Amino acid sequence: MTTAEVGRPRLRKEDSHFITGRSKFTDNIVLPGMLHLAMVRSPFAHARITSVDVSAAKSSPGVVAVLTGSDVAAEQGGLPNVWPITAEQKAPSHPAIAVDEVAFAGEVVACIIARSAAAARDAVELVDVSYDELPVVLDLEEAATDRVLAHTDLESNKSATWVFDSGEAGTGKPVSEALADAEVLIERTFHQQRLIPAFMEPRSTVVDPTGEQITVWSATQIPHILRLLLALTLSIPESKVRVIAPDVGGGFGGKLQVTPEEAITVLAARHTGKPCKYTETRSESLMAAHHGRAQVQKLRLSATKEGIVTGLDVRLLADMGAYLGLVSSGIPILGAFMYNAIYKFPAYRFECTNVFTNKAWTDAYRGAGRPEATFAIERLMDELAVELGMDPLEVRRKNWITHEEFPFATVAGLEYDSGNYEAATAKALELFDYEGLRAEQARRREAKDPVQLGIGISTFTEMCGLAPSRVLGALKYAAGGWEHAQVRVLPTGNIEVVTGTSAHGQGHETAWSQLVADKLGVPFENVEVLHGDTQISQRGLDTYGSRSLTVGGMAVLAAADKVIEKAKVIAAHLMEASEEDIEFADGKFGVRGTDQSTSLSEIAWATFSAHSLPDGFEPNLDSEATFDPQNFSFPHGTHLAAMEVDTETGRATIRKYVCVDDVGVVVNPLIVEGQVHGGLTQGIAQALYEEAVHDDAGTLVTGSFVDYLVPSAPDLPHYTTARTETPSTTNQLGAKGVGEAGTIASTPAIVNGVLDAVRHLGVKDIKMPCSPSRVWAALEEAKMSGGVQ
Amino acid sequence: MASSKTITVEVDDVSHTDDVEPRLLLVQYLRERLGKTGTLIGCDTTNCGACTVHLDGTSVKSCTMFAVQADGHSVTTIEGLARDGKLAPLQQAFHECHALQCGFCTPGMIMQSASLLQENPHPSEQEIRDGLEGNLCRCTGYQNIVAAVQAAADGTMASDNGATETAGVA
Repeated sequence: MTTAEVGRPRLRKEDSHFITGRSKFTDNIVLPGMLHLAMVRSPFAHARITSVDVSAAKSSPGVVAVLTGSDVAAEQGGLPNVWPITAEQKAPSHPAIAVDEVAFAGEVVACIIARSAAAARDAVELVDVSYDELPVVLDLEEAATDRVLAHTDLESNKSATWVFDSGEAGTGKPVSEALADAEVLIERTFHQQRLIPAFMEPRSTVVDPTGEQITVWSATQIPHILRLLLALTLSIPESKVRVIAPDVGGGFGGKLQVTPEEAITVLAARHTGKPCKYTETRSESLMAAHHGRAQVQKLRLSATKEGIVTGLDVRLLADMGAYLGLVSSGIPILGAFMYNAIYKFPAYRFECTNVFTNKAWTDAYRGAGRPEATFAIERLMDELAVELGMDPLEVRRKNWITHEEFPFATVAGLEYDSGNYEAATAKALELFDYEGLRAEQARRREAKDPVQLGIGISTFTEMCGLAPSRVLGALKYAAGGWEHAQVRVLPTGNIEVVTGTSAHGQGHETAWSQLVADKLGVPFENVEVLHGDTQISQRGLDTYGSRSLTVGGMAVLAAADKVIEKAKVIAAHLMEASEEDIEFADGKFGVRGTDQSTSLSEIAWATFSAHSLPDGFEPNLDSEATFDPQNFSFPHGTHLAAMEVDTETGRATIRKYVCVDDVGVVVNPLIVEGQVHGGLTQGIAQALYEEAVHDDAGTLVTGSFVDYLVPSAPDLPHYTTARTETPSTTNQLGAKGVGEAGTIASTPAIVNGVLDAVRHLGVKDIKMPCSPSRVWAALEEAKMSGGVQ
Repeated sequence: MASSKTITVEVDDVSHTDDVEPRLLLVQYLRERLGKTGTLIGCDTTNCGACTVHLDGTSVKSCTMFAVQADGHSVTTIEGLARDGKLAPLQQAFHECHALQCGFCTPGMIMQSASLLQENPHPSEQEIRDGLEGNLCRCTGYQNIVAAVQAAADGTMASDNGATETAGVA
């Protein structure tokens, strides 16, 4: 392959309609005769519904119909969880509209269908729902005791327990031995606060039931999965459902779901026979779209006095919230494989118990399980360094897998394809001025400066390219992890690429055009990428988990390879040569040893006109391919944060942030850098700003952007980013994936930095987010308990 | 239902006279009545800034105003920002600096940035960040947005490269 396009910072094809205001977000869609939906939501986190009186709402001006739980129960068999992690997994039924009991504040109890959005919202106030309040259980550890049940029809709040033990799996020693023999034992409990994905575009669904087919436009990351699951849960043949994900305003895992609201909008359209639209408000989104993280991690790490880690035992409780969403139960397990991170642990055990509480359900959020794991181990490595009086970088160097040791079979049972942690770290240190900042830190400590300096380190890897289908099968996930693509050379020689991945800001149209331009030797501008419509892109498994390039992009390349093979047959036929003598380079098919050649567009015309084709050759120059990865890819990097902590106010600010990411071969450096910036911001937000907070009754206190602190421009620093490039060995391009890297690595870097700034003052830990009040309280507590001053 | 009121508003150089309910927000009027769907709604508390437009040349969040308050005024939306078939410098800069990913916050960001540059044609990085405090973005980490505003202020885009023709990019 020539590399004229791959590696080039191409400006995005996607940008034009966004910058001119001609975007096609779902809420922009208006259909003739369209009705509007508004949801009546439970104000209680746990209650029995004793009656729902919709009579006043039904007679409200503009109202066409009102749906309640009993209206839809017969048609909708419950929303899906496709990842039963154990055969014994327990879960409450998950109706689109609650029937007898609500289990979180914000759950839908009725749906108004009206001729205008305003009329629908007016009528929400007129629905009279009577509730008998039930006891709520909100705290995860409290829920695990089963003293209060989140659902009255469950015998326990525990959904399932999943265990990995390296002793039993044969990937390492039993962790019990390592802990028993530990020269140094670090025990810590970390809390992963509940986060809200907070995509900027609220969720929206438009359903047109008129005609032979139901057409669903939805702000979703997963049009193909949504089509399948709507068909399964609503008993509609798949061929009668078309799902279109038009422009989608961010996802971050938060739109990886079959939502109650989507199902209700389909039912409302079916009920009324008219197009229906539902667009949530932001407060509805924060309250009732799924949340992320929400885990308590209990960890024990054993090591020698020299700082060599000998074992890691992880026990975690994962808050599922009130229901299991699409892949909720599997999220902690994605993390199970990452607790050993970039290190050569000889013994490892992981156990997680999924627990129900009376809150919105949790599910995928940027990184999904892997940020939690990386946070825990990177915090523990710092704690080990403190315990041994070593530099935190030195502890990492003693334990990490060296460049020569790849491919490396990890204690968690994965094979890491490639990596060079030394190179990334060296580059990061150089950009950061590590020695200079350590010297400044010492000066500030000496001077008792009210603003202290801390240095936070995070070396990380993640598991991208989700996922080899056989691995998903072994983990009891219901579907595979392949991806599909078509490459069509049109009669003019222009190329259409159809991809099963479904972008929502990742720039697939640009990156896929670059891939195909190089592969087929055609201009970038001549490639058109189509996606996000199940009628156009008929097969796919969509976009999440940094799988688009490493799985979807490889499907595109595989389809393009097939096009070349097919074109060679026609080239030989047209030039009366032997197929074995046809060489393809730079868009030309030549006959070896001659100056004869023909172009892709000439071949495309010949296959289209079909006037003279070899016997049995199918007209048109098309191909399709399905790519199933044989292994994950493992991008990695080193992130360094210099944190200033004002000990008088508790405010922590980022003085400098340097990250070196290794994502293998890069198709478009602009897109990669943009993804890193966005990822960093979300990881920093977990460390410093964001938390979904509920009051004692289970009401979401952070129910608007006034309270849920998505950082804005002045809250963040200028990032210094750089890359090393260690190609993946598991796909033909050598790409590794980048969407989650920044999020995974930055949270521990920031928190390690905050602690490093104030540890000498006696502070041992600070729960996230490290807000001014939390940092200040930790400093005060350290003072009270006689911490070092 | 409250009685309606007749308003006349000039939007992107075209005058519109409409009967509207007093409770109708300006953003709803622009989107639902005039089809100006480039102006987007991301929150209901005036925090996200996706609905930012210009009212008589000054940026306002159109979810914070009623349509009746725009009576007799002039509104510019993202759809009216390009002039004479050319992208505005900020539109070009956002494209060239990869200052958007999902694109949802983009119209509001561009409209707010335009207002910022009108008040302060040569802002520092910190002034740009402070000026965009009322606009939330979840994709870009803001760094490239800041760079785009800086590029537009400095006039350092690769303009006149053909990509500036709105006809060619729309």
